[in-house]
Amino acid sequence: MALDNIFNIAGSALNAQTARMNATASNLANAGAVAASDKDAFRAKRTVFKTIMEELGSTTSANTGGVKISGIKDDPKPIARMSDPGNPSADKDGYVYLSNVNEMTEMVEMMAAARSYQNNVEVVNTARQLMMRTLDIIKS
Amino acid sequence: MNMIDNAFSVHEKALGVRSQRMELLSRNIANADTPNYKAVDVDFKEVLKNTQDSALQTTHSNHLTQGADSTASGVKFRVPFNVAFDGNTVELPVEQAKFGQYAAEYQTTLSILESRISGIRKALRGD
Repeated sequence: MALDNIFNIAGSALNAQTARMNATASNLANAGAVAASDKDAFRAKRTVFKTIMEELGSTTSANTGGVKISGIKDDPKPIARMSDPGNPSADKDGYVYLSNVNEMTEMVEMMAAARSYQNNVEVVNTARQLMMRTLDIIKS
Repeated sequence: MNMIDNAFSVHEKALGVRSQRMELLSRNIANADTPNYKAVDVDFKEVLKNTQDSALQTTHSNHLTQGADSTASGVKFRVPFNVAFDGNTVELPVEQAKFGQYAAEYQTTLSILESRISGIRKALRGD
């Protein structure tokens, strides 16, 4: 029945949005981290979403049409370096490498994830109400 | 059981199509942030037309029925007002509005079915 697929689909979305919020929280927590080289500098993590497709040959998955996380990618923005010879993690020229996290971007990302999460919660609520009303039909 | 079949007429099928449509919308909302996802919706009129009795007659169990898989057909891509940079065509306000509308329509069909059932019940009870 189509109505109970909704719970799986919205559930997969809730899961994906939670992972996205986790990534944002991790980015914000590491915004102030400095490293000794460009390679080691912290790069903001971005979750990449992908639709769960029906697969040929396999029994149809319950959350077909839902969303999953296909990967977590590093933000390609360049790393800035700062002269800070007193810093214990400075390289031989006295530079430390900052993270490429932009706090504003992360806040926006977090709000977007929260709104998407709320949307899917609302979907679950509506589907639940409709299901309950459908069950009530036998009482009429 | 002809009387009961006729009593529900098209509404029984309509309920199925409407719940199918709710599922498609929940897919759209779930994939609101997925790159390159294209929003879908059901052409309700077309699907319901396919499920009508005027469709193909089957005289053998191996014959394909026209209405059997009708809910799978009739699914079409939505034409968005604007396309996002990542190729996603889900527009959340549109989806939310449609979701509300379809939920209300589902309840309408439910109410009609409810009244039909209580009518039959009254007739059977005879009071």
